[in-house]
Amino acid sequence: MSEGIGARVLRKEDKRFITGKGRYTDDIIEPNQAYAAFVRSPHAHAKVNGIDASAALAMDGVVDVLNGHQLTGDGIGNIICGWGVTSKDGTPMNMGAWSALATDTVRYVGDAVAVVIADSKEIAKLAAESVVVDYETLPVVVGSVEALADGAPQIHENAPGNLIFDWEIGNKEPTDAALASAEHIVEMDIVNNRLAPNPMEPRSAIATFNESEDHYTLYTTSQNPHVARLVLSAFYNVAPEHKLRVIAPDVGGGFGSKIYIYPEEITCLWASMKTNRSVKWTSDRTEAFLTDAHGRDHVTHATMGLDKNHKIVGLKVNTKANLGAYMSLFSSATPTYLYATLLSGQYNIENVYADVQGVYTNTVPVDAYRGAGRPEASFVMERMMETAARQLGVDPAELRLKNFVKEFPHQTPVIMAYDSGDFAANQKQAMDAADYKGFEKRRAEAAKRGKLRGIGFSNYIEACGIAPSAAVGSLGAGVGLWESAEVRVNPVGTIEILTGSHSHGQGHETTFTQIVAERFGLPTENISIVHGDTDKVQFGMGTYGSRSGAVGMSAIVKAMDKVEAKVKKIGAHVLEASEDDIIIEDGAVKVKGTDKQMLWHEVGLAAYTAHNIPEGMEPGLKESAFYDPSNFTFPAGCYICEVEVDPETGVTKIIQFTASDDFGTIINPMIVEGQVHGGLAQGIGQAMFEGVVYDPDGQQLSASYMDYCMPRADDVPMYQVMHQSTECPGNPLGMKGCGEAGAIGSPPAVINAITDAIGNNNLNMPATPSAVWAALQEASKQAAE
Amino acid sequence: MYTTKYHKASDAANAASLLGASPEAKILAGGQTLIPTMKQRLAAPTDLIDISGIAELRGVTIEARKKLGVLKAKGGETITIGAATTHYEVANNADLAAACPAITGLAANIGDPAVRHRGTIGGSIANNDPAADYPAALLALGATIHTTSRDISADDFFTGMFSTALNDGEVIKSVSFQAPAAAGYGKFPVPASRYAMVGVFVAKSIDGDVRVSVTGAGDDGVFRHAGLESALTSDWSPASAAGVNVGAEGLLSDIHGNAAYRANLIGVMAKRAVESA
Ligand SMILES: Cc1cc2nc3c(=O)[nH]c(=O)nc-3n(C[C@H](O)[C@H](O)[C@H](O)COP(=O)(O)OP(=O)(O)OC[C@H]3O[C@@H](n4cnc5c(N)ncnc54)[C@H](O)[C@@H]3O)c2cc1C
Repeated sequence: MSEGIGARVLRKEDKRFITGKGRYTDDIIEPNQAYAAFVRSPHAHAKVNGIDASAALAMDGVVDVLNGHQLTGDGIGNIICGWGVTSKDGTPMNMGAWSALATDTVRYVGDAVAVVIADSKEIAKLAAESVVVDYETLPVVVGSVEALADGAPQIHENAPGNLIFDWEIGNKEPTDAALASAEHIVEMDIVNNRLAPNPMEPRSAIATFNESEDHYTLYTTSQNPHVARLVLSAFYNVAPEHKLRVIAPDVGGGFGSKIYIYPEEITCLWASMKTNRSVKWTSDRTEAFLTDAHGRDHVTHATMGLDKNHKIVGLKVNTKANLGAYMSLFSSATPTYLYATLLSGQYNIENVYADVQGVYTNTVPVDAYRGAGRPEASFVMERMMETAARQLGVDPAELRLKNFVKEFPHQTPVIMAYDSGDFAANQKQAMDAADYKGFEKRRAEAAKRGKLRGIGFSNYIEACGIAPSAAVGSLGAGVGLWESAEVRVNPVGTIEILTGSHSHGQGHETTFTQIVAERFGLPTENISIVHGDTDKVQFGMGTYGSRSGAVGMSAIVKAMDKVEAKVKKIGAHVLEASEDDIIIEDGAVKVKGTDKQMLWHEVGLAAYTAHNIPEGMEPGLKESAFYDPSNFTFPAGCYICEVEVDPETGVTKIIQFTASDDFGTIINPMIVEGQVHGGLAQGIGQAMFEGVVYDPDGQQLSASYMDYCMPRADDVPMYQVMHQSTECPGNPLGMKGCGEAGAIGSPPAVINAITDAIGNNNLNMPATPSAVWAALQEASKQAAE
Repeated sequence: MYTTKYHKASDAANAASLLGASPEAKILAGGQTLIPTMKQRLAAPTDLIDISGIAELRGVTIEARKKLGVLKAKGGETITIGAATTHYEVANNADLAAACPAITGLAANIGDPAVRHRGTIGGSIANNDPAADYPAALLALGATIHTTSRDISADDFFTGMFSTALNDGEVIKSVSFQAPAAAGYGKFPVPASRYAMVGVFVAKSIDGDVRVSVTGAGDDGVFRHAGLESALTSDWSPASAAGVNVGAEGLLSDIHGNAAYRANLIGVMAKRAVESA
């Protein structure tokens, strides 16, 4: 059976994962390691007047207690934001300082003020509890709207009114004019709920300073170890890059939250130098809720205008984005360039305008989380479309069909130029599979049983493989967004692929080998993937934004092109043929039309013995490449959700969820389906179960699984997942990306279905039973009036 | 977790004396509440006294009903459940399922398999979590709680959220109750924890007495619901339960549901409990 492109090759990494043999950061044990426990603020906003660590320092087994003044005093730099956003008036964003250990002020519950280093985890925790911090509490604000109100507590001196930026995109005057003359206006307030990322493996770090070599090693739970090293070195001044090795071993999920370089990793490195011990820290689940960057948290007002033929003439959106107490690495990009650039959706809209206020609050920093801005955009757009259809009394599928972009490339008014797609084809495939035609019959049957059935669409589009570097640079990005690869053919013909992408659950060790198997006709067992170690892989940008396929694999293809060219030269030389007649297939280098051939391993051997290679050719067979894409890729699809609501309790059951996606070329359908399943579960989680809740004092009321509801197997249906693809013209494999689509496209489908069932469009996420029941009560009260 | 000293008690009396020996000691039964609380550093007992292996505290006994004047179709057996009996053992006891399916069904829906294989009825009622299931059952069944020093009626035992009539050094040995003529439990789980947002236990004794108790919903723990009791006394039917106007006063509001929602659920769960009885 072929193991090349399109084959359902079983995941190579699963053998170690499902037998409990994965090697995660917390599994790494260094000789003489010490443990870090952080002293964290119980207050959401307070001045720190003093820290008394004397009791802790007196305890047996305590190595040291370190604070923020010592950290900044040693020249450890403030935590950076990697993307500068410019406000409407041309001013740069107002960013407040963020020190890995707070010095004078704490700004959210969990903000670390000191760290205890001790011989055991238990001693470290006990000692941390004994540290007495003199806090002087300050007024607190947790919501973005409240934080922008007059008289709100001021969180950072240099962000007056807590406004970080007031940014805009699109064409304002034409949009206003289009809305003013529109035949129909649809207007909505839309909240995108705040989420905690909850990867199964909590964050962890173990840092070792080797004094004799003046060298640091950091094992950490990172989606992008090279970026971590760059930032730790260039901005936090821990050590120059060549003196710092960052290793991200097996990583158990991230969903974005492991992109960022957090205070704890920085502190472990610095503390290792201070104490001359390996310093280890592993987050517990409570710490994860308190410190992992949260996602989403938008408050939006949107207005859409349609003409008398129901063509959309304009869309205007205002969003207030809660960025928490400090600006995390990509916090500025997520609610701007990753969000508002998708507000044209799948539709041909001449006029789109959006402005976004980024706001400080006394909450955990908010950053990219699976989908990063695109779920928020698709939620706005697809809620608006469904609402428009209801308001106009037309079929939601037809309204969408009428407005689809049908010709490519298509330039939207909000930067993005869509390169390919067939939105109507995805919609038709999903409608047929969901038996949309038969829905009213099913609704009537449910009504007989006292249940309310509803159906909802979501025709999402998103942007993956964020690129090209020059373009993102011009928009404010601090890094380039290319990827690197190296293909090493060993003398025996086996192959190692070194990639700057880093799998944290995506199955790269399987899919990346498949494209090599396809190209050279080798079994995948002869190919292995090396990633996640800055000493092994020269550089890379990591894994997020569904970029590893479209960008990471493209880099591998480029490197394979070079290998192939060299192999052909060697083959032509040895087989005494013209290079043009050499073909590579089934693991052999052949002369076309003859029976002359060299087996793949013979080519490897020839390259490394160098006894008989073309004159002037360097020995060896190893090539590397950097790939910088020419555009984003644009996965899109149509999701249809059908629900049944129990009006007595508000309990909603998803009866059927149908997903038709356009991901371009698919390397391994099994892995792609898995990605969609996971994404759908996460999107359904956002829509019906998950939500971070703060009280007015800035305490998280949902900081454990007793209160934060993750979707469980019995909460989600058996999905119908299918594909209807158009090839992506922008990269050599024609890939678009599949890692986030499920989470991006599903929430609006769920909410559109529930609101259809209950006859009340006023419903926020998460649509818990109590929220749905309350919306039902509101609807029946309105009906009675 | 803070450091603690582990003791394995040989029998109930030994457990009580170990418990009395230290003011900060705690009984360890299934550990499904105590251990997580200790891991979160919210509890720091100096001593843990493990009763999970004590034979006299484990198991279910069912004593046939004494011949009474009027022979009823069902109910009347005396059921005794040892304090250290796990939820799994209760859920899977066939004789108990025949005598009182409401309680085996309740146990089968506590937590997950890991919790059910460790957690015990004694631990559940000693803890008296306001969202726990067993307190509702014992209150509605008019059970008696037998401790190392006395017998306490369920009406007196549950004294409010996380509090009971247990004295220091007192260990629960078992609970007993008379099998009802009819009983049912309607549970609406909190989506996150799957503890009861509202649980309503309805029971009709062989003498026709009706008791209805509600867990999860009260702002001070499990309570009996007079309105439902009188409605079901006069007419034991789902419609009769559904017809009761349940007020929201005294009910809990939290991030999972407000008092009005819980009031609604009490009516719905009572109706479903009677349906299942
Ligand atoms: C994930 C999860 C889900 C759960 N879901 C539910 C649910 O849906 N419904 C529900 O009702 N419960 C639920 N529980 C709680 C579970 O039922 C526990 O088993 C129960 O609350 C405590 O019983 P235990 O035997 O584990 O007691 P332990 O945790 O060992 O002890 C609890 C307390 O009772 C005391 N104690 C124990 N036995 C005795 C005794 N014989 N005499 C005096 N004091 C004693 C202990 O000292 C301690 O203070 C859940 C627990 C978990 C972890």
